[in-house]
Amino acid sequence: MIVETGHYALVLALAVALLSSVLPVIGARRNDAGMMAFASTASVALFGLVLLSFSALTWAYEASDFSVKNVWENSHSAMPAIFRFSAVWGNHEGSMMLWLLILTFFSLLVAVFGRNLPESLKANTLAVQAWMAVAFILFILLTSNPFLRLDVVPAEGQDLNPILQDVGLAIHPPLLYLGYVGFSVSFSFAIAALIDGRLDAAWARWVRPWTLAAWTFLTAGIAMGSYWAYYELGWGGWWFWDPVENASLMPWLAGTALLHSAIVMEKREALKIWTVLLAIIAFSLSLLGTFLVRSGVLTSVHSFATDPSRGVFILGILTLFIGGAFTLFAIRAPALKSGGLFAPISREGALVLNNLVLTVSMASVLIGTLYPLVLETLTGNKISVGAPFFNLTFGLLMVPLLIATPFGPMLAWKRGDLLGAFQRLYVAAGLALVAGLVFFYLDEGGPILAVLGLAAGFYLIFGAIADLWYRSGFGKAATGIAWKRLIGLPRSAFGTALGHAGLGITVLGVIAVSTFQTEHVTEMKPGETADAGGYHLVFDGMNSMKGPNFTEQRAHFSISRDGQKVREVWSSKRLYTARRMPTTEAGIATFGASQLYVALGDPMADGGIVVRIWWKPSVLFIWFGALFMMAGGVISLTDRRLRVGAPARRAKKMPTPALEAAE
Amino acid sequence: MIRRLLVLLAFLFAAQPVLAVNPDEVLKDPALEARARSLSANLRCMVCQNQSIDDSNADLARDLRVLVRERLVKGETDEQVIDYVVSRYGEYVLLKPRVSVQNLVLWGAPAGLFVVGILVLIVYSRRRTATPNAAPLSDAEKAEIARLLDKS
Repeated sequence: MIVETGHYALVLALAVALLSSVLPVIGARRNDAGMMAFASTASVALFGLVLLSFSALTWAYEASDFSVKNVWENSHSAMPAIFRFSAVWGNHEGSMMLWLLILTFFSLLVAVFGRNLPESLKANTLAVQAWMAVAFILFILLTSNPFLRLDVVPAEGQDLNPILQDVGLAIHPPLLYLGYVGFSVSFSFAIAALIDGRLDAAWARWVRPWTLAAWTFLTAGIAMGSYWAYYELGWGGWWFWDPVENASLMPWLAGTALLHSAIVMEKREALKIWTVLLAIIAFSLSLLGTFLVRSGVLTSVHSFATDPSRGVFILGILTLFIGGAFTLFAIRAPALKSGGLFAPISREGALVLNNLVLTVSMASVLIGTLYPLVLETLTGNKISVGAPFFNLTFGLLMVPLLIATPFGPMLAWKRGDLLGAFQRLYVAAGLALVAGLVFFYLDEGGPILAVLGLAAGFYLIFGAIADLWYRSGFGKAATGIAWKRLIGLPRSAFGTALGHAGLGITVLGVIAVSTFQTEHVTEMKPGETADAGGYHLVFDGMNSMKGPNFTEQRAHFSISRDGQKVREVWSSKRLYTARRMPTTEAGIATFGASQLYVALGDPMADGGIVVRIWWKPSVLFIWFGALFMMAGGVISLTDRRLRVGAPARRAKKMPTPALEAAE
Repeated sequence: MIRRLLVLLAFLFAAQPVLAVNPDEVLKDPALEARARSLSANLRCMVCQNQSIDDSNADLARDLRVLVRERLVKGETDEQVIDYVVSRYGEYVLLKPRVSVQNLVLWGAPAGLFVVGILVLIVYSRRRTATPNAAPLSDAEKAEIARLLDKS
């Protein structure tokens, strides 16, 4: 009964969503307050119904109700409770339910927190959200229904894919979807503004926190996914330029660009049309990502979604929303008046450069991802576009961005002083070069070019510090006053500094691990030893273990340095009983930000076993940087002007640029 | 969901731990081995999803790794080895496609879009500064300015 209730709630949700996608729009046209207010009520009801539906499915998983086909296909009664819970979205149907749940959750947030929005904008925004809810509920009900029952109830489930049986599955998809779907709010705001035909700085101020929140979640989701792949897949890579990864990187790049262009629009009323376009693009890429992953179009032969009706349905949704949005944009955009002028060398100019690089890299990733598909369709020729291509092109595109980033916050609005910014940054650049050389010397080896890469990372970090330093007037004013000023800086200034420094930290990690990493592939017997990264490993032996739904062979290693035993790790190979599927669980020992990564290979005939040992210097910096970026996002979100809320109309001029928040 | 596809395909194809190069494959000459590794990183494992033969433990990847090493030991250059592998498996095997007419758009896109973007920006900013964005001052306004200037 509970499962049927969930199914029924989803159908009711469709009815509510249908009403909510029509009535508020009519209300906004006729200026009927009652009809516009319906949007908020309906959003609450919609979220409630979808939550009920989602909970029913979760209950079926927790209770291991194998009469539900979806549960039978993806769960097992012996799985730990946390994995039975995360298994809900560890499959196609469930992940679409999660998508929908998060979409309606954001509608709820807009309904609740959007009290100071103009009524018509709010009504239109929620209506656009409801259009998407309609499309996705229909998609779930018609092609991907998780509530279908089996006629004969099996005694045991088929188990979840072992690689997904990890705490990563509990965290990564929800975060990623909060990011993906979070951009739907910016999109809905953009469409609503285009319908209204009204677009001003206040609009940018309303959209920014939503974009910032979505961006923060997406950053978290991507970083989490990357770390999960790193420790779970067992060959120590952290980014593979897999189409599925690219699908999440593209909205991130567009979202980062949007975040920056919305600043210009908010402060200076410039780049209006461009900002709206980016808002549309960012969410379109999220939809495209969903399509690429869900339809299985990228792996035509070994398609993930074996049922082509799903692919066609999502393609329909994609065409409708993206096509519709761009059409509306083309009709309305010429009527929008553009705002303030600015010189090329200015804060605005720097942010335009940021947007240029980010959109070009986004487009390059998009072309690289889709090119093999298009080429094969047009000519029948098959080519591959993989990591070596992306590393080269994306890497080169990032160079101007890394150089320009610290300049942005140092330039004034309208007309900046490049020479002045140089004077403030050359100390940071010099220190960065020294730090890069020291880092290089300590880790020894690798191409000399790495020094420049490391220096670029340090330069971003020092540049971010320098920005705060000069802004609070250290060196010019008395130290006490400077400290007071530093504390008094708007939180968004700290957000900027943390975000930019975080990028630098990630760059450091990437350069360090790709330059200084060492790898040893060797056959070992118990008692034999190996050396890596200055550590000494002893292979002590193997034993067998039995987990709840797997058996494992694990090898024990003692790690010592300078004769002192410092750590021990287990590295194992598991066999999941239900699917007869083996996995490797790498043994990882963390020393500061560096890691020793030990993975087991195949056993050899003479009783030894293949062992792969990687020394990954400073590898954790990659994800530490992401944590800094996320912290920057969160701190920016608590900025005073977002807490207090936007004024209905911009009444007075903004304060002087020198004291202004800059992100 | 970022890793889902890869993960599932890893499941489909690598019904063994996903680990690559085995000790018995490694060449004695470290210089040759280093060349073999860097060539392997650019060659696709034909039965895998977006994995190089260096990362994959599929049988076919192993065969290809051994093939690359055999050719290198024979004294062939990197280009000769790649040409031979391409002649056997087609361009699909290259993870970094060749710069050719059919891949023009792919290789040209990053630089091309960047240049186009800059041109658009230049044209756009010229046009904006060229068009006066306000009506000329009225006589009353001119008088007001004169009055203010006189004051100071």
